[in-house]
Amino acid sequence: MAVTIKDVENIAKLAKLEFTDEQKEKFLHQFNDILKYMEQLNSLDTSNVEPLSHVIELSNVFRADEVKPSTPTSEALKNAPEKNDKYFKVPKVIG
Amino acid sequence: MPLNEKYEAVIGLEVHAQLSTKSKIFCGCSTEFGNEANSNVCPVCLGMPGVLPVLNKQVVEYTIRMGLATHCTIAPKSIFARKNYFYPDLPKGYQISQYEEPICRHGYVDIELNDGSTKRIGVTRIHMEEDAGKSIHDMDTDTLVDVNRCGVPLMEIVSEPDMRSAHEAYQYLYSIWQTVKYLGICDGNMEEGSLRCDANISVRLKGEMTFGTKTEVKNMNSFRNVERAIEYEINRQIQMLEDGERIIQQTLLWDAANNVVLPMRSKEEAHDYRYFPDPDLVPVIVEEKWIEEAKRLLPELPAQRRSRFIDQFNLPKYDAGVLTQERELAEYFENTVNGLVKKSSDNYKTISNWIMTDVLRVVNESKMAFADFSVTPSHLAAMVNLIIEGTISGKIAKEVFDEMLKTKEHPKVIVERKGLTQISDTSAIEKEIDAILSKFPNEISRYRSGEVKLMGFFVGETMKVMKGKANPKVVNEILQKKLSV
Repeated sequence: MAVTIKDVENIAKLAKLEFTDEQKEKFLHQFNDILKYMEQLNSLDTSNVEPLSHVIELSNVFRADEVKPSTPTSEALKNAPEKNDKYFKVPKVIG
Repeated sequence: MPLNEKYEAVIGLEVHAQLSTKSKIFCGCSTEFGNEANSNVCPVCLGMPGVLPVLNKQVVEYTIRMGLATHCTIAPKSIFARKNYFYPDLPKGYQISQYEEPICRHGYVDIELNDGSTKRIGVTRIHMEEDAGKSIHDMDTDTLVDVNRCGVPLMEIVSEPDMRSAHEAYQYLYSIWQTVKYLGICDGNMEEGSLRCDANISVRLKGEMTFGTKTEVKNMNSFRNVERAIEYEINRQIQMLEDGERIIQQTLLWDAANNVVLPMRSKEEAHDYRYFPDPDLVPVIVEEKWIEEAKRLLPELPAQRRSRFIDQFNLPKYDAGVLTQERELAEYFENTVNGLVKKSSDNYKTISNWIMTDVLRVVNESKMAFADFSVTPSHLAAMVNLIIEGTISGKIAKEVFDEMLKTKEHPKVIVERKGLTQISDTSAIEKEIDAILSKFPNEISRYRSGEVKLMGFFVGETMKVMKGKANPKVVNEILQKKLSV
């Protein structure tokens, strides 16, 4: 199944990114190359292999329900391009 | 044919319950509600690059408990997934949730219908996830974001589309609410958003096997709103179909002030969340031993407690239902019963009556917790004991109860201080009755010629003279004796 320009545009939209037609064309080829490689993997018979979600064989890594000190608000807001007092400020979402 | 007989509604609910843990699901920040904006945050919940989430074990414990209480199968292995979307209240750009392998599946909840019958509602799945932050749209010309709620643990309970009316949806939600409260895993406060409910609703002609197009209704932040919003949406869809219109699949918001649903401006136009396993969180393996231990820790659940109240205390079904609504209330009843001098069905019923009327009236009016209620179970039991022993009448007890509310004193102290002891001394009562009867010869002859309801008049007169302190049983006996020919 090959990727179309429309798929590229949809993925760009989901990532909130904009591209020129040339860039889209470039991604189209790259995406399709990746898929072609995946096709190659598909030629393996994996019907008896359990799907793998993690490459390291670890499970049940937990922490106890204990409160640890948080980051001071001023520190947390330090990298924010815009703020209002104790809040992060972003372009109007709705309204 | 009336429209509600021609069509039937198909309803499924998604309930989000905020788990009562002290710290967040993947970091040690506090989950406390109402703190200063962006004060319960750290690199993990702020979504800084390179940080690693670590799962709070209590979240798993609590979700397993809910799974067991709703008869789910607990998955031996479950994993977390990333649900990707961009919204300012989600700093990482994805929500950590469970997708293909949730921790609980295939359970059910039994609800009671109006006719007294029971209906089984399927629970498709229960999974763990993190909450998003909060966007504030009215404090600035731009949108402000508070990340405190980001990473607060949630448990999402998804039902099968098994409900057929707004009332059934209400009953199901009530049962979920009651269960999380009994388990002590969520405070159940719908107004504060600790328990949130979204409904998927469609309608179809009765007898039809396929589902109609569904809509999703959100923003119903009370039990009453859930019932009203679903009712509204069912009728809206039926009306559209009757008018030959097509239902559009969309998300709607309930506007409680105007009693309507409004289309929501969508967060993301295409719902393409591109779920994939979160590589930062390793699988959760739940072995049989863990499940057995969780079963052992389960408290008695509402339905079990209700049938026990009926069996053990011989209470009517209605009383048992009211008294087991909340765990604290059920405990209040049982602790009061423990203080009784004489255990009998009649006395259990007396306590039930006092709690259902007087205690609940005060508790509901003041919205106070049972732990803070001024009349303790042992004091209430002591007061009922005074009634059983004949020291005070039921009527005087009302006065004692009101005083207990105010002063928190032991009922015996109140009875002594206010001189409320009931007079059971036959000769003293007889003396007063003789005096009264001599004043009403006409009434006596009317009574004797068949106007038996005048008995109430004589009892009333006696009580008036004796300031309500005469033992009503003794008064009745003496009057019966003296008035019979």
